Amino acid sequence: MTRSVSGPSRTLPQYGALAAVLLANWLLFPDFFSIRLQDGRLFGSLIDVLNRGAPVALLAIGMTMVIATRGVDLSVGAVMAISGAVAATLTQAGWGLAPVLAASLAAGLLCGLWNGLLVAVLRIQPIVATLILMVAGRGIAQLVTEGQIVTFTSPGLAFIGSGSFLTVPMPVVITAILLGVTALLVRMTALGLMIEAVGVNRLSSAGAGVNTPVVLIAVYVWCGLCAAVAGLVVAADIRGADANNAGLWLELDAILAVVVGGTSLLGGRFGLLLSVVGALTIQAMNTGILLSGFKPEFNLIVKAGVLMVVLLLQSPTLTLFLPRPANPRPVRAPAKPESPSPSAGA
Amino acid sequence: MIHRFLPLLVTSAVLVVGFLLCAAQFPNFASLRVVGNLLTDNAFLGITAVGMTFVILSGGIDLSVGAVIGFTTVLLAVLIEQGGWHPFSAFAVALAVAGGFGAAMGAVIHVFQMPPFIVTLAGMFVARGLGFVLSTDSIPINHPLYAELGDLALRFDGGGKLTLPALLMLGVVAAAVVCAHWTRFGANLYALGGNRQSAELMGVPVGRTTVAVYALSGLLAGLAGIVFSLYTGAGYSLAATGVELDTITAVVIGGTQLTGGYGYVIGTFIGVLIQGLIQTYITFDGSLSSWWTKIAIGVLLFVFILLQKGLLAVWTGRGGAPAEA
Amino acid sequence: MTDPTPTASPPLLAIRGLSKAFLGVQALDGVDFTVRHGEIHALLGENGAGKSTLIKTLTGVYQRDAGTVTLEGRAIAPRGVEEAQRLHIGTVYQEVNLLPNLSVAENLFLGRQPMRFGLVDRGAMRRRARAVLMPYGLSLDVTAPLGRFSVATQQIVAIARAVDMSAKVLILDEPTASLDTQEVAVLFKVMRTLRSRGIGIVFVTHFLDQVYALCDRITVLRNGRLVGERRTAELPRLDLVAMMLGRELEAAAHRIALPADDAEEDARPPLVRFRGYGKARSVEPFDLDIRPGEVVGLAGLLGSGRTETARLVFGMDRADRGEAAVDGRAVRLRGPRDAIQLGFGFCPEDRKKEGIVGALSVRENIILALQARQGWLRPLPRRRQEEIADRFIRLLDIRTPHAEQPIQFLSGGNQQKALLARWLATEPRLLILDEPTRGIDVGAHAEIIRLIERLCADGMALLVVSSELEEIVAYSRRVVVLRDRRHVAELRGGEVAVDRIVAAIASEPAVAGEPRP
Repeated sequence: MTRSVSGPSRTLPQYGALAAVLLANWLLFPDFFSIRLQDGRLFGSLIDVLNRGAPVALLAIGMTMVIATRGVDLSVGAVMAISGAVAATLTQAGWGLAPVLAASLAAGLLCGLWNGLLVAVLRIQPIVATLILMVAGRGIAQLVTEGQIVTFTSPGLAFIGSGSFLTVPMPVVITAILLGVTALLVRMTALGLMIEAVGVNRLSSAGAGVNTPVVLIAVYVWCGLCAAVAGLVVAADIRGADANNAGLWLELDAILAVVVGGTSLLGGRFGLLLSVVGALTIQAMNTGILLSGFKPEFNLIVKAGVLMVVLLLQSPTLTLFLPRPANPRPVRAPAKPESPSPSAGA
Repeated sequence: MIHRFLPLLVTSAVLVVGFLLCAAQFPNFASLRVVGNLLTDNAFLGITAVGMTFVILSGGIDLSVGAVIGFTTVLLAVLIEQGGWHPFSAFAVALAVAGGFGAAMGAVIHVFQMPPFIVTLAGMFVARGLGFVLSTDSIPINHPLYAELGDLALRFDGGGKLTLPALLMLGVVAAAVVCAHWTRFGANLYALGGNRQSAELMGVPVGRTTVAVYALSGLLAGLAGIVFSLYTGAGYSLAATGVELDTITAVVIGGTQLTGGYGYVIGTFIGVLIQGLIQTYITFDGSLSSWWTKIAIGVLLFVFILLQKGLLAVWTGRGGAPAEA
Repeated sequence: MTDPTPTASPPLLAIRGLSKAFLGVQALDGVDFTVRHGEIHALLGENGAGKSTLIKTLTGVYQRDAGTVTLEGRAIAPRGVEEAQRLHIGTVYQEVNLLPNLSVAENLFLGRQPMRFGLVDRGAMRRRARAVLMPYGLSLDVTAPLGRFSVATQQIVAIARAVDMSAKVLILDEPTASLDTQEVAVLFKVMRTLRSRGIGIVFVTHFLDQVYALCDRITVLRNGRLVGERRTAELPRLDLVAMMLGRELEAAAHRIALPADDAEEDARPPLVRFRGYGKARSVEPFDLDIRPGEVVGLAGLLGSGRTETARLVFGMDRADRGEAAVDGRAVRLRGPRDAIQLGFGFCPEDRKKEGIVGALSVRENIILALQARQGWLRPLPRRRQEEIADRFIRLLDIRTPHAEQPIQFLSGGNQQKALLARWLATEPRLLILDEPTRGIDVGAHAEIIRLIERLCADGMALLVVSSELEEIVAYSRRVVVLRDRRHVAELRGGEVAVDRIVAAIASEPAVAGEPRP
């Protein structure tokens, strides 16, 4: 969740971008905002954006915290494949819904733990450490499914992907729940503060007594869990597990979503909701391109364009040429207006 | 002395032992035909991996190579089949475009001080996207020259042959070894990967070298695209997905530090062959499933990363007793 | 201003009236500095003296505001390290600026490799590398990566590169800081050889023994001004230390009233007790007791092991010998977390790198240690955090518009006070302060000293490192004096005085060139 510290000024660009994309979609496609109720479930382009954006949004939740610690997790796509494969295979083997979900999420946690140990204990740089599971993970997923595309008919599991709760599609509900739980977890405990502290300055944080290895392991474990949930949603949606293609390249979309959401790749402050907004912005763009009759092929180029613009705005070189963007000070009125800010920058 | 080449020695040992095990299990494995096919099948990978090695040695990474290969095959197909170009002119254009694309990424990385990981990720999107825009279909290339080039090979007794792609790869590897160790550009790459600031203080042209190394990586990806289109006889924008990952893996298995500064081109070549060997073994075996390739490569990656981690600690470890002078 | 010895030929390097200011702060103010052919010239001074500014101006990293630099009578104004090298000024830093991943030979010839047929002639490069290193008594595998050799060897390679690129003036910036005795001896031999070849060497160091063992002349800077240039043989140690610290020895500083009788104090059990505590290449084994309510000062020149001692006590660096006990019970300090659990706190010297968490708010910085000690599962409620932050902002008068200001936008003094607040919030039993008043304006300086006195009166034990001797004398009950990584004296009660500290710093080692195991 965004915090009072960040204030509206920091979050405005992200919401603005989403609003602009949605507005553009509406201009191109006047029915964009129309939503209808059918068979107890909502339908419409906007719902579609939410529904299709859910997997990347789920990944982005975990990825946000990893990136906040100055890391990155390349293995989330592969972890999705593993959790989907576990779920589909066990369901096919006749397991009940609860143990299937538990096993599948446990697989994700285990993958996260592996990544976390490599980064925090063996001190392997995150890109390299998670590359291992990115490569081997898909093999493990195929091992689980024995190379088949495992399909299932269990309505219980399928409900997760295509069912609805109070007319809202389940993937959207699940994303909202995971977002809420994660936000509670990091903001109601001190974990959020420690993640940001480690991301900004690992040395200072360790000196202040922050248990940096535990913080690092925690974020990778949580990221693995989020990926497992995303894998479940995708597998449940297609009622099967395709170890080769499930979650393929979604790690890149998740990183993109986090970056568009305004969390710096250099670590520090993070906004979970903003990353979800980033994921939805990307999905809304995809949908818009589809609706506008442009070939979906342009999707990637547009994505690259957005990525470059966002990064250029963060680039140290560019900020030299431009006037300092927003005053880093929050908008809130100073608590002690009588003492002027001695803004020394060294 | 042995120290320095240890990763390389281990990689080579893995290849030799692996090959011997295969040969022991399958009598006709140890044949020129198998070796020839191994080289041909992995030629485009080997060529790409050479460029990746240079980039990684300089302390960067290039995620766009797979997409550039895909784009190049489509560009060739469109130019030759729909534009009626002669393949050789199409080749020249493709190489120029791919090299220029890499140079542009290098320039962005240097000028804006942006992380290579992200810039080349954007490059990957752009290259794939451009490929899609050209055509989303697989376009067969029917130019007679393609058939001729496809037949071109050094043939040996027993059905073994070195095809044009294989020869190209061997040539590129040889040239790269010379470039890495017998030119100032090569020394500058290692210097850049070792420590950017020190390199700059010692007079290395950092900007020029950065742009050049990404241009080279793009150029080699373009060449790999040409080889890939010769190999498959078609252009397809989804071709070579995931090749960036395979090449990075080959580079790491080949003993190059992902953080830059340490490593050998020849190691990468061996890394490519190890990946090819695992695949060939699984094909030969027939009963083993293809996913074991990925798992085996993942395990190799882990082992080699640990090995390097340990070695780097030994190399730069100054905490304990002073090293012998 | 000292008149350099008049000679017939112009001196090798003559700097006259050099000035350089940063953002209005005068880092160098009309400094003269002369290096003659074939001499080793020590450039000495404490923090902020202007040594590194002088060197960086000389090597073209900074551009001077005023003054002239002449090399063998020719005016020069290098605009970069490379150009300085071409002008025959070579520099070797403490952190060797070579490439550990390249071979020795490649390091020596990077950018100027011998070429043949358009390719690098590796054979010739190896041969020339061996030849270049021969005069230094260095016979090693020139194809091995430089990083595999000791820092001393790397430094000699860096010197060899600089000299081979035709250096006439060689600047060695703290080359011995991380060397052991034998390595220092090898380096000194090399320096003497170069001196005999007519090269002028500028030697920056913090080890006075080394200055007296090696240098022909000494130039002392203080606060950006030249204090004087002397022949080593004509400058007693005590005078040198006085020049560096900038005080007349007669004028012993006043000190605040001594609270109680020392003997009685000593009878109380110490809060912390270290025996034979030390770390190789960092600080020699030392004994140290600190009692509740006591301020112990660590005094010594820069690089004498003060900071290292403080870091060992907090577990920031891990000791490799000796024992530690708190309240009489043996403890192990494996890291800051251990120390914090024992009720220690530590404000490091490098505030920016190891102290503040820049992008986080003042409030978050203040509660960080307390929160970390409680664990992440027991978060301090936001209200409580704000209370703590506001209390300390008021108590320490931290100048910030509000508690949510990112700490990086505060001035250095206010950052320091926020760091103090971070530890005070944990109600520590022992607070370690490394240079608490460094880089802080006069007003804040006085406040921090008052704060230290108050804390001590409240029963907290304090271990304070400071270069400001008056400051140390003003608040310390005992002062441990360090020289060359060794605790050399402990002054207590009435002995605590600036002149006693200076005398201890300047004291000759028992045996000349005593070995450091």
